[in-house]
Amino acid sequence: MTYIPKPAVRHPGLGANELGLHMRDYEGTISTLCAGCGHDSVTAAVIQAFYELSIPPHRIAKMSGIGCSAKTPAYFVEQAHGFNGVHGRMPALATGANAANRDLYYIGISGDGDSLSIGLGQFCHAIRRNVNMLYVLENNGVYGLTKGQFSASADIGSRSKRGVPNKSEPIDPVALALTLGATFVARGFSGDKQQLIPLLKAGLMHKGFAFIDVISPCVTFNDHVGSTKSYLYTRHHGHELVPVDFVPIRSEISAPSNNGGRTSITMHDGSMVRFRKVPEDYDPTDRLSAYEHYRSLQNRGEVVTGLLYLDPSGEDMHDDNATTSTPLSEMSHEDLCPGSEQMDALMEEFR
Amino acid sequence: MQPTDVSNPDYYHKVVDCQWGCPAHTNVPEYIRLIANGRYTDSYWLNRSSNVFPGILGRTCDRPCEPACRRTRIDGKPVAICRLKRVAADLRDPTDDRLPEIPVVKNGKRIALVGAGPASLTVCNDLMPLGYECVIFEALDRPGGLMRTNIPAFRLPWQVLDEEIDMILDMGVKVHYSTRIESMKALLEEGYDAVFVGTGAPKGKELNIPGRQEAADNIHIGIEWLESVHFGHVDSIGERVLVIGVGNTAMDCCRSSKRLGGVDIKVMARKSRPYFKASPWELEDAEEELVEIVENYSPKRFVLEDGKLVGMEFELVSWHEDEESGRLKATVHGTEILPCDDVILAIGQDNAFPWIERDIGIEFNHWEMPEVDRTTFMTSREGIFVGGDAAWGPENIIWAVEHGHQAAISIHNYCQGLSLTEDRPPQDHNLISAKMGMHEWAYSNDYNPSARQKMQHVELVRRFEELSIEVEMGFDAEQTAREVERCLNCDIQTHFEAKLCIECDACIDICPVHCLTITVNGDEPDLRSRLMAPAENLTQDLMVSEGLPQTGRVMVKDEDLCVHCGLCAERCPTAAWDMRKFELLIPYAGQEAACPSQV
Repeated sequence: MTYIPKPAVRHPGLGANELGLHMRDYEGTISTLCAGCGHDSVTAAVIQAFYELSIPPHRIAKMSGIGCSAKTPAYFVEQAHGFNGVHGRMPALATGANAANRDLYYIGISGDGDSLSIGLGQFCHAIRRNVNMLYVLENNGVYGLTKGQFSASADIGSRSKRGVPNKSEPIDPVALALTLGATFVARGFSGDKQQLIPLLKAGLMHKGFAFIDVISPCVTFNDHVGSTKSYLYTRHHGHELVPVDFVPIRSEISAPSNNGGRTSITMHDGSMVRFRKVPEDYDPTDRLSAYEHYRSLQNRGEVVTGLLYLDPSGEDMHDDNATTSTPLSEMSHEDLCPGSEQMDALMEEFR
Repeated sequence: MQPTDVSNPDYYHKVVDCQWGCPAHTNVPEYIRLIANGRYTDSYWLNRSSNVFPGILGRTCDRPCEPACRRTRIDGKPVAICRLKRVAADLRDPTDDRLPEIPVVKNGKRIALVGAGPASLTVCNDLMPLGYECVIFEALDRPGGLMRTNIPAFRLPWQVLDEEIDMILDMGVKVHYSTRIESMKALLEEGYDAVFVGTGAPKGKELNIPGRQEAADNIHIGIEWLESVHFGHVDSIGERVLVIGVGNTAMDCCRSSKRLGGVDIKVMARKSRPYFKASPWELEDAEEELVEIVENYSPKRFVLEDGKLVGMEFELVSWHEDEESGRLKATVHGTEILPCDDVILAIGQDNAFPWIERDIGIEFNHWEMPEVDRTTFMTSREGIFVGGDAAWGPENIIWAVEHGHQAAISIHNYCQGLSLTEDRPPQDHNLISAKMGMHEWAYSNDYNPSARQKMQHVELVRRFEELSIEVEMGFDAEQTAREVERCLNCDIQTHFEAKLCIECDACIDICPVHCLTITVNGDEPDLRSRLMAPAENLTQDLMVSEGLPQTGRVMVKDEDLCVHCGLCAERCPTAAWDMRKFELLIPYAGQEAACPSQV
C-alpha cells in the first residue's frame, strides 16, 4: 500500500516510442498490492512490453477476474479498455469481446486460483477455441487474498507459512496448456524481466491463444523456506530451456554471428521470435518434443522457463469460424441488423 | 565497481547538491524544512551556524547552491534557496538570542585582523567564544567591508547589515575604525599572537585607453564610485551613462546610476551573453529597470570635446574560438561612437598589498599576491593568515565566510600549539532513519510540481524615489509555502542494505525516474551504459551495492535525478531500502565535528 501517487516526473534521457509516448504513459494507478509482490513486477514488464511495441493504449483491452492477480490490469495502461469480471470468468469475457472486436490486443491477467480452481473449465475452453489473446497466469501457489491457503498449483511437499506440507497433486498450467493444444506456451518469472518482456511481446504479437505462466512470488504468504514458489527457490531451481528474443517487424536484425543452435520463427505479421541456444534434441515447434522436454526437466525438480512451444501457423477462433474480417464495432447498423426480411430469408434456408 | 562506501561523509554529502555546492556547506534542506514548519528562528540559527550572515546572504549571496540544485535537472528551475534564507531571517524572533556565551576570563591570546569584512568578522565569530581577544583594524569608519560599500542599499538595507555585524562585534571585538594599516612590520611589532589579513580586493581595474587621463573627471572606477555613493559623497550622475563591464559590480553601478539621475544607461559588454560574469538574476533585475545591455562592443577610446567627455568609441567585434589555443579571438567589424556624460569602469578588481613589506618572511608570487596555503590559510610566515578576497582574488561573501571558518581553525590550532594540518578536526555525519510509520516519513516526501516562485519587486516608478528602497519584497506566506515544497529533500538519503534484498524488483518498478537497476557488476563506464535510464551526468555518482544474496548481482543507483520520494523504501518488503536523514557535522575552531541542528 502506498499513499502518495507516483511523482509525475520522468527521466528526460528516456525517449519516446514510435507513437511519441513515454514509458510512463503506459502506467496505471499506483499499486495497492503488498510491497514486493511479484505481480507488480509483471505489471512493470507488461508496461515495458506495450511501450516497446508502440501499441496505442486505446487498442488494448485488459481483462481479469478475481484475486490479487485481478487487480493487476488497474496498474498498467490506464487509458486502455478494461473489464474486471466474475471470479474465473475472464476467459469467457475475453472470448466475447474478441468475437465482437477482433482488432484489439487482448491481455487477460489471471491467477492460479482464478484459472486453476474456480475458472479451470473456462481456461481450458479458451485454449480449445484458440482465442486470439495473451493469457498471463500470475502463479504464486497460494490464495493470498484469503491469507495464504494452498492453491491448486502448490507442489506436493511445499510448505505453508505455518510449516504444514501440501499433500494434493498440483495442476500444472503449462502441461495443461500443452496438452490442450495452446498455440503458444511459455513460462516466465516475475524476478527476471529480461526473459519476461520478450515473452510478453511475442505473446502479444502471436496470433491465437498465447499462454504465459509467470511464477510471481507472494511475498507475504509464500516466500519462505519450504515454499517452491519463492524468489529464492525459483532462482535456484529455474531452468531456462530456450532463451528467446522478440524481433519486431521492420527492425533490423543485428544478431551476433551464428552460434549453432539458433532458430528463428517468423510470426504471422512478419515479426520474429528468435530462439537462442536450442538444445539439439528439442524442437520448440513440435508439441510432443516440447512436452517431453518439459516433463523430463520437471522430474529433475527444475522450474522450466522460456518459450516452450510455438505454433506459428496463425490460425485463431475467427479463422475456425469463418467470421467477418471487419470488427462488429466498425460495421454499420444496417449490416449488423439487416432487417426482418433478411431474417426471414435466412430462416427459409433451414426449412 | 567496488561497493560504494557510504560511511565516508563525502558520499552522501555530495548527493545534497546544494550543501556540497555551498562553500560553507549550509544545511539547506534542513533549514527549508524548518521554514516549512514555521520554525523561522530555528532555521535562522541553523543557517547562522555555517554561513554567519543569513540576512545579508539571503539578499546578496552569489548562490552557488542554486545552479547545483537537483530541482534544476528535474524541471529546469532550482529551488529559490537564497530567498527562503531571507524568509527565515525576516521572520525569526529577534529576541531569541542563541549566540554563544563569551568567556569573561580570556585565554590570553590576542589576534589582530586587518579589514572588517566578512572574512575577518567570521574569524572573530569563531574565536571570541573560545576566549580570544580579537582586534580589528578598519580603514573606513564603519564595519562590513565590501558588503557595505559595494552593495547598494536598494539590495541590502543597512539595518540588516548592521544587525548581523553587531551580533559579532557585540561579542567584545575591539575595532579601530578609520585606521588604515600602513605597515605589516609595525603591526607585528605590537606582539599579536596571530594576524589575519582580510582586506579584500579593494582596487578597481583601470582601462588605459586614449582619453582616460584627459576625461578623468567623468570616468569613475566602479567600486570606488559605489563606495562614494554609499557615503553620500556622490549624489548625482549624468543623464547618459556607459557602464563598462558586465559583472555583478556593473549591475550595481548601472542600477545605482538609475537612482542618481541617469536616464539612458547602457552596460557595455565585450563579449556575448553566455560569457557574462554577472549572475543571471542580477542581469534580469537590471534589465527590468530598463538598463540596456549591449553585447560585443569593445572599448577603443574616450571621445572628448573641449576637454570634456562627450562619448566613447567602441570596436564592434565578433568572437570565434581559436582552433589551436581554444581561446576566444575577436574579429573587428567596424567602430561606433556612443555619446555619454559619464563612464563607470566595472571590469574587475585587484588585490593590493603595498603595506606588506616584502622582507618579513611572507612570500609573494609573480602576481604580487602572497602565497597562501589552500587548507590552512597561512602564509609562508607562521602566524600570519589571509582569507576572503585578499587570499586569491575576488570571490563572494559566502567564500569569505568559509575562509574565515577555516582560518579560525588554523589560528586556534596555531595559538594552542597544535598542528594546522594533522590536528584539523575532520567532518563527520549522522545518518538516522526518517521512517515514522507504515507510510509516514519525517519529511514531506510527495513531489510537488509547483513552478519556482517569482520574487515580487517594488513597482518600477516607486523604487527610484529613494536610493535605499529595497527592491525585492521577499516571499509572502503563500509563496513561501509553495517554494519550500519544491525542495526535494536530498539530504533524506536512499540507504541500501544489500544483505536484506530479495531482488523482487519492487523498488525498480516504482521509481518514477528509473534511477535504480539490478544488474551484474562491471566497471563504471560499462555500468553507466547498462542502467534502466541513461546515466550520462558524470558529475553525479553511481551508488553500487555489495553483491546481492540471491544472485550475486548488484543494486546500482544513479544519484542524478532521484527525487527522494521514498517510494523505493515504501515498496521494499524487507526494508533493504530505508530513507535516512543525513546530517553533515562540520567542525569549527576549537570543536570536534559539531552538530548544527542542535542549536
